[in-house]
Amino acid sequence: MPVLYESPQTTPEAVALLSKSKGKVHVLAGGSDLLVRMKGGYIEPDVIVDIKRIKSMNVIKKTADGFLIGAAVSCARLGEHAALKKAWPGIVEAANLIGSDQIQGRCTIAGNLCNASPAADSVPAMIAAGASAIIQGPRGERQVAVEKIAKSPGVTTLKKGEVVEAILLPPKQKKSSDAYLRFTPRTEMDIAVVSAAVSLTLGAKGVIEDARVSLGAVAPKALLVKPAAKAIIGSTLDDEALEKLAAACAAACDPIDDKRGTIHFRTKVAQVLAKRAAKIAWQRAGGK
Amino acid sequence: MSLVVNSTINGDPIEFSCEPDETLMDALRNRVGLKGVKEGCGTGDCGACSIRLDGALVCSCLVLGAEAEGRSVETVEGMSDGPKLHVLQSKFLEHAALQCGVCTPGFLIAAQALLEKNPTPTEEEIRYGLAGNLCRCTGYDKIVRAVQDAAKVMNKSSKRKKTSGGKK
Amino acid sequence: MNAENKMPKQVFRSVGTRPVRPDGVDKVTGRARYGADYDMPGQLVGRILRSPHAHATIKKIDISKAEQLPGVKAVVTSKDLPDLTDGNEDLQAILENCMARKKAYYDGHAVAAVAAVDAKTAKAALKLIEVEYKVHKHVTDVDKAADPKAPVLRKDCITEGVSPAPTKASNIALQSEFGHGNVTKGFKQADHIVTRNFRTEQTHQGYIEPHACVASISPDGTGEMWVCTQGHFVFRQQCAQLLGLDMAKLRVTSSEIGGGFGGKTHLWVEPVAMALSRKANLPVKLVMTRDEVFRASGPTSATSIDIKIGITKDGTITAGEATLRYASGPWKGSWAALGAMTAFACYDLENVKTTGLEVLVNRPKTTAYRAPSAPMAAFAVESVIDELAAKIDMDPVQIRIKNAASEGTKSSYGPVYGPIGIGPTLEAAANHPHMSAKLKKNQGRGMACGFWFNFGGQSSTHINIDIDGSVTLTVGTIDVGGARASLSLVVAEEFGIDYEQVKTVIGDTSSLGYNEMTDGSRGTFASSMSAIASVRKAIDEMIKRAAMMWDIPADQIEWREGHAHATGKSNANLAPL
Ligand SMILES: Cc1cc2nc3c(=O)[nH]c(=O)nc-3n(C[C@H](O)[C@H](O)[C@H](O)COP(=O)(O)OP(=O)(O)OC[C@H]3O[C@@H](n4cnc5c(N)ncnc54)[C@H](O)[C@@H]3O)c2cc1C
Ligand code: FES
Ligand code: FES
Repeated sequence: MPVLYESPQTTPEAVALLSKSKGKVHVLAGGSDLLVRMKGGYIEPDVIVDIKRIKSMNVIKKTADGFLIGAAVSCARLGEHAALKKAWPGIVEAANLIGSDQIQGRCTIAGNLCNASPAADSVPAMIAAGASAIIQGPRGERQVAVEKIAKSPGVTTLKKGEVVEAILLPPKQKKSSDAYLRFTPRTEMDIAVVSAAVSLTLGAKGVIEDARVSLGAVAPKALLVKPAAKAIIGSTLDDEALEKLAAACAAACDPIDDKRGTIHFRTKVAQVLAKRAAKIAWQRAGGK
Repeated sequence: MSLVVNSTINGDPIEFSCEPDETLMDALRNRVGLKGVKEGCGTGDCGACSIRLDGALVCSCLVLGAEAEGRSVETVEGMSDGPKLHVLQSKFLEHAALQCGVCTPGFLIAAQALLEKNPTPTEEEIRYGLAGNLCRCTGYDKIVRAVQDAAKVMNKSSKRKKTSGGKK
Repeated sequence: MNAENKMPKQVFRSVGTRPVRPDGVDKVTGRARYGADYDMPGQLVGRILRSPHAHATIKKIDISKAEQLPGVKAVVTSKDLPDLTDGNEDLQAILENCMARKKAYYDGHAVAAVAAVDAKTAKAALKLIEVEYKVHKHVTDVDKAADPKAPVLRKDCITEGVSPAPTKASNIALQSEFGHGNVTKGFKQADHIVTRNFRTEQTHQGYIEPHACVASISPDGTGEMWVCTQGHFVFRQQCAQLLGLDMAKLRVTSSEIGGGFGGKTHLWVEPVAMALSRKANLPVKLVMTRDEVFRASGPTSATSIDIKIGITKDGTITAGEATLRYASGPWKGSWAALGAMTAFACYDLENVKTTGLEVLVNRPKTTAYRAPSAPMAAFAVESVIDELAAKIDMDPVQIRIKNAASEGTKSSYGPVYGPIGIGPTLEAAANHPHMSAKLKKNQGRGMACGFWFNFGGQSSTHINIDIDGSVTLTVGTIDVGGARASLSLVVAEEFGIDYEQVKTVIGDTSSLGYNEMTDGSRGTFASSMSAIASVRKAIDEMIKRAAMMWDIPADQIEWREGHAHATGKSNANLAPL
């Protein structure tokens, strides 16, 4: 069967193509995962649906519900968006750690999410931020928390015909901020051995009112670690709170043991990164 | 079934045909004949295939040929102004920033994109900016120096242009 | 003492200057043509089917469906590459590696190949080839493979170099021993002994340009090949032998090379491209993907090295012993022997013994990689020397100076050294400001010695002087890192002309006499010697002709700055030619 390349102009057209086409249908965003897998012969699409010509998927919009980032917006463009960078520095720094300038010129955070790698950089940052995916499908629209998209490595909860249209970041609270850190042997062009993201909001006197903590590459998918958030909520990020945060992170880790990092190493580094990310987010939120 | 793609390549309107799942790298090399676009890995890791797509720096091995429809593509072949080499090209030669040279087209394109975004990069910014390009021969130092030197020259000449423009 | 002092103090006009490399402009403009950048009219696309198993017997290959696919012009298996090696073990290894015969020895071992009108068809054809395997246990670790209980790759592998010869097959293909003195006695004299095992992993040369070639064989038995290689003459010879062609009828042109680091000294896919072309009767282009390069072209050996060194309190090494196991892939090489030769070669030792073991593993065939085998041996030995220096509280440079080999030293691998620079080099290092510079936070300083041979080998060059006085030098050694610039400088120097007047090109295999590879640090060295000889011959010839024109004896003519000058008062009226 000859391969088809489609570049729909609208989301409904894309959904129609995805749900009605026969054979193996794949969404193409930046292609930095999809084309690599095609080259390696791991997948052989029958239909490739390029979403980059869909106008609504190409914009970053500030709405009452928060920032809406179109699924075709490249990570490089996130870095160039001053307001977004100010509101969600952790998301932007995670997106701008992906690959090289070349990769960032193409790749998207929606693609990063839908690729469902446990080491995806932007995913913990999105989880910590409380982001959700706006999904369009044959049965209409649904909004799903980002942590519920990946199921296991390479597998998502998206159904046949569905496409992520945009990522929605919740409205930015006053005195809040986020941060993302990863450990890689090389400073660039490497995949996270462990990563951590923290997003928090400060109340009166710098007490943490709300927080979300996420870890990457320590389990089959990026984790939302609620006990870790609980450990720092109500604190001013004193040493005791930080230690509790670390302990909660360690308890959540269920990493693999491979040549890039042993279980012991990954668990240890997850704690260190979570503490550091919390401190950075705290400072960014105005904590003193 | 082949697709027909119309794009602007190095400033010229070019029509080429390619398979729907063929990469832009393969199309540029094998259909358009631009062999300055090199394949080192085919998976986005080495940067040898770097080109500009509507101005954005990308690995052409991770772009489909079909995606170039209506877009502009720039490759190393379009870098010099006729026989006059681009400053980066001259500086790579002057600083011996190449040995085997197979990575060079990718480095030049990436460096050009970097200097457009950041005309006065620090050494660290250059190293980060060119992290998507691998060179096995040179050890990078000479490449960094060539880019630094090119930036200096380019800034001088753009200043000169500005001031002479101001006088008029 | 050292070699430089024997050279007359010469003032150079070209050598030592830093001109822009002659291949530079082509490389910065995208003009330079590498292996995959060349096309022949009517060429087909070649692709290789590779074994998914690390160790398997090939029971059956059915290519009939692939052959019937429209657009497929040839499908080859080992049957299309009959064994013409006449018992030459090296060639046999190349042949078996290019295309698995009875067994696939590593994941990625070629089992069949196709040539088709385009990439899409070639890819589809590969899927139609049916291979039936019987999978065996495999072994990839060098120590595990050396263990008598390991799965044996070759039932006929009886360790060479041991007497009496073992009766059982094993994965140890070759044992080579070097040394002199009596190490047992030496260790008795030592105040400190350190024994350690070191393991290093296999690493790939990692050149950015994957292997690529375009091959064309005509029905009349002539052939052409464009290929990225470190030695096209060697490639021609081996390909002609494997394909049964007359060497003279195969013309190999080397492309610009995108890095080699030893990895392009070896044939990987070229004979397959030729077999495809012969069967299809059309040119075939075969380009490896990066994945194929890593799976099926030569890395350096993984090693496991045992080192034992003894020293006295004052830092004199009394004995050195090493057992070096080198994984060589599924075929024997001489990697372990090179490690065993170089391990202690920097030092002047009374008692030394090294044993190299060539171990077969289910991994790709290893090949040269920057002083093949020496770095791993040096890493092991030098680490132990550092440890010993610390034990006796001696400066690590001084301990090496104390034991350094010098002229007249009997080397650990046999020969007695002529002038050797290790001592003066170490002294210079010790006195260098870098050695005493204050270290900042997170900085360290280390030093180590290493040994490598350097050889000349056969080279042939050609000089052509044009009527405008410009000169073409044709050489047969590949320019991997800038040799054309160096050679142009050498020629300019000898003629006394400007660098810009010289053009150095790499000739094809039909344009020159035989040249060995650019390897073993010989390219610039060997071709320079040949180029200088060529220039001097050309100058002699021109002087002879000037003598005829001027009708004066040749000994009254002197060559200076690119011209023949008549010497002596009686010839003062003759303008330089
Ligand atoms: C050299 C290199 C370096 C890399 N480095 C990193 C790194 O440092 N960190 C990191 O996290 N990742 C890295 N990656 C992986 C990759 O770049 C990221 O995962 C990237 O974010 C993927 O985005 P994309 O838009 O390119 O996705 P694509 O390749 O287009 O798509 C990825 C997958 O998601 C699906 N998909 C895409 N968009 C949608 C959508 N809107 N709706 C439904 N499904 C969709 C596709 O069908 C495909 O299966 C690297 C990749 C390369 C080649
Ligand atoms: S060939 Fe595209 S990045 Fe290596
Ligand atoms: S010059 Fe050879 S890879 Fe860069």
